[in-house]
Amino acid sequence: MTEALASYPETMTCCATLATRLLWIVPVAPMVAAGIIALLKQPYRKTAQMLAIGSMVLSLAISLFAFSYTVGGWMQGVTIRETVNFPWLHFGTTAVELGWILDPLAAVMLVMVSFVGLLIFIYSSGYMAHDENATRFFCFLALFAGAMLGLVISNSLLLLFMCWELMGLTSYLLIGFWYFKPSAAAAAKKAFLTTRVGDIFFLLGIVWLFAQTGTLLFYNNGAGSIEHSALALLLAQPAALGLSAATAIGLLLFAGAVGKSGQLPLHVWLPDAMEGPTPVSALIHAATMVAAGVYLIARVYPLMQAGALTGGTTTALTVVTWVGASTAVFAALIAVAQNDIKRILAYSTVSQLGYMMAGLGMGGVAIGIFHLITHAFFKALLFMGAGSVIHGCHEEQDVRKMGGLKADMPITFITYAAGMLALAGVIPFAGFWSKDGILEAAFTWKLSNVPFFMLVFGALLTAFYMTRQVSYVFFGYWRGHKTAHESPAVMTMPLVILALFAGILGFFGTPAWPWFRAFLEGHAAPFEPGILLEPELAILMGVSTLVVMVGIVAGWRIYGEKSPAASEPDALEKAMPGVWKFLSNRMYVDELYEVTFIRFYSWWGKVADVLDRRVWGGAVAAVMALTALLARINRSFDTTFVNGGFDKTCEELATSGGLLARVQSGRVQSYLRILAAAVVALAVILVWSSRP
Amino acid sequence: MTPLTAHLLVAALLFAIGLAGALTRRNAILVLIGIELMLNAANLNFIAFWRYSPHPEALTGMMFAIFSIAVAAAEAAVGLGLVIAIHRHLHSTDLDQMNRMKG
Repeated sequence: MTEALASYPETMTCCATLATRLLWIVPVAPMVAAGIIALLKQPYRKTAQMLAIGSMVLSLAISLFAFSYTVGGWMQGVTIRETVNFPWLHFGTTAVELGWILDPLAAVMLVMVSFVGLLIFIYSSGYMAHDENATRFFCFLALFAGAMLGLVISNSLLLLFMCWELMGLTSYLLIGFWYFKPSAAAAAKKAFLTTRVGDIFFLLGIVWLFAQTGTLLFYNNGAGSIEHSALALLLAQPAALGLSAATAIGLLLFAGAVGKSGQLPLHVWLPDAMEGPTPVSALIHAATMVAAGVYLIARVYPLMQAGALTGGTTTALTVVTWVGASTAVFAALIAVAQNDIKRILAYSTVSQLGYMMAGLGMGGVAIGIFHLITHAFFKALLFMGAGSVIHGCHEEQDVRKMGGLKADMPITFITYAAGMLALAGVIPFAGFWSKDGILEAAFTWKLSNVPFFMLVFGALLTAFYMTRQVSYVFFGYWRGHKTAHESPAVMTMPLVILALFAGILGFFGTPAWPWFRAFLEGHAAPFEPGILLEPELAILMGVSTLVVMVGIVAGWRIYGEKSPAASEPDALEKAMPGVWKFLSNRMYVDELYEVTFIRFYSWWGKVADVLDRRVWGGAVAAVMALTALLARINRSFDTTFVNGGFDKTCEELATSGGLLARVQSGRVQSYLRILAAAVVALAVILVWSSRP
Repeated sequence: MTPLTAHLLVAALLFAIGLAGALTRRNAILVLIGIELMLNAANLNFIAFWRYSPHPEALTGMMFAIFSIAVAAAEAAVGLGLVIAIHRHLHSTDLDQMNRMKG
């Protein structure tokens, strides 16, 4: 123990620079802010806002410092990977170590999370201005952001899991923020329980990994759990079904990511999470919660990739790919038939998360994470735009009761359009480049062509449903009750900033200048504009653009400027009523779970109840009756024998005492008389016995 | 009758007279006098046994008698003191009235 403790400062000084040593402040600042806000009284909303926003500014500043440090290292041709590890819990001879890490992946994520988070915080101070519980809201929000930042920098699977669960808790609190709405309370519970299903597998994976490698640190100078020696050990260890332990653990960790990142079949909580306030949706769907699952896979990528031959893939990555691609298409299909502005975006998030997973599975860390970053920006933009629309339309969320908002809400319209084009993947917006990277990876994937076609179809659907939504909301004529109004500057400013990023961010990862990939993978980034004209790439980009155009044109032809009334059936519903009903009911997945898992659990609950009442309750009652009987026997024994015996003894003592008391008359002479009689008797006895 | 037996008989007579006095008198002072008589009977016994013992040159019996007389003097002083205290309290020396120590 002393040895381990003694080695700690040395690790810090020898391997960590100032940027890394300061890194712990990034998650701790919002958490401390949350703690202080929790102590504030309800009316101190301004203080709460200032504290939360201030802590995020601090986090962003340190994140940018760390980011610039890693970029500086990259420019000198060094891949920065610095860790600070410290023992946390000792048992026996082993210790569980926690730690944090600074590498390009963490740096990029830190900047994204703290920047988008800061904008969402600023936006929230406008959006939640009239809510009486704004103080509580900022407490949860800060804790949420702190947990995500902690997850990003953790160098230990255990620390990552702690932050992961902290996010689960805060997402529960935030989704159920308006707990007086039964639907919000139910959605919060659903989110918590559904992610818990994945977390069980995740925890199993963690325990297994610890049992095999004896450490949960990712990187520890060659002794970490996803470094070469540990991976070799895991690969040699067989698990069930011909899989190696590495694959099995990778799949268990992926199950956790499935729950958190809303992949099939655990996506059901994500659309329901729309019950929370809109900034929460933006935070959950863009910067934090759902990104955590994707980030987890990116972080343990060496484990997922372990055992792959050169250029090949592994079982774990294949599973990731197929789950991701299926989710992408599945959610995009459902999004087509939704009418709630936030629900459309929610399913689009599920779909885009599928893209990220597929990107990770087929292309590698850089491709998946690049889409994660660009998506975080434009999805935060879209959600906050949707929030602005909802705010302007007096809390109306049904797209059929909006319309023509482009004139009433110009800033929201322009920024929202930028986000929509980025999400649809129109050149040159950010989403085009990141999605194109995934499509390219899918195109060159060796195992199968099917994911490529699935993703292309998903891209078509994405363009279609976003066009449908935008035409419903911003074009045509107004179908609401009161007139709509533009939101205040505190809400539109973040939109403008995000729209800017949705426009330019893609240029950091174009095929002509793949800076992002080069940065993450640690090699130089050549600038070769000529590569765009190479036939294969050009055709791919052409196909992608064509598909997106087809989607947008089809959407515009069907929905543009039409503005049907809310009571009218949808244009597609008229054409295909059966399919429409199937899709608008979210493919009956919730209903399927209702009749399978939930019915099973309520049946099982009843069985447990009967067992409890009859079997265990009966056993307890029998023991109770037996004890009572014994107690009764004991009592009668006590009263008759023990008490009776004592009473009798006492009585006898009292009687004899009374008799003796009579002798003690207090008259000295009577005592003397007895004495004299005794002496005489003694003398008689003596004389008698000494007779010859 | 040996001289020892004669002495012992006198002492027994003295003891009996003292005992009778102590048992029959009601006056506490007379009871004390009876007790003194009994003590002196005992002293007489000490002297008689010493005088007719095989080693009369060792003055054990006499020592015992002197001790006994000293103790008797002290006892008489204490006894009379008690009688005076009780008399102050009860204005009587009648032993039948002194029955407060009964059980």
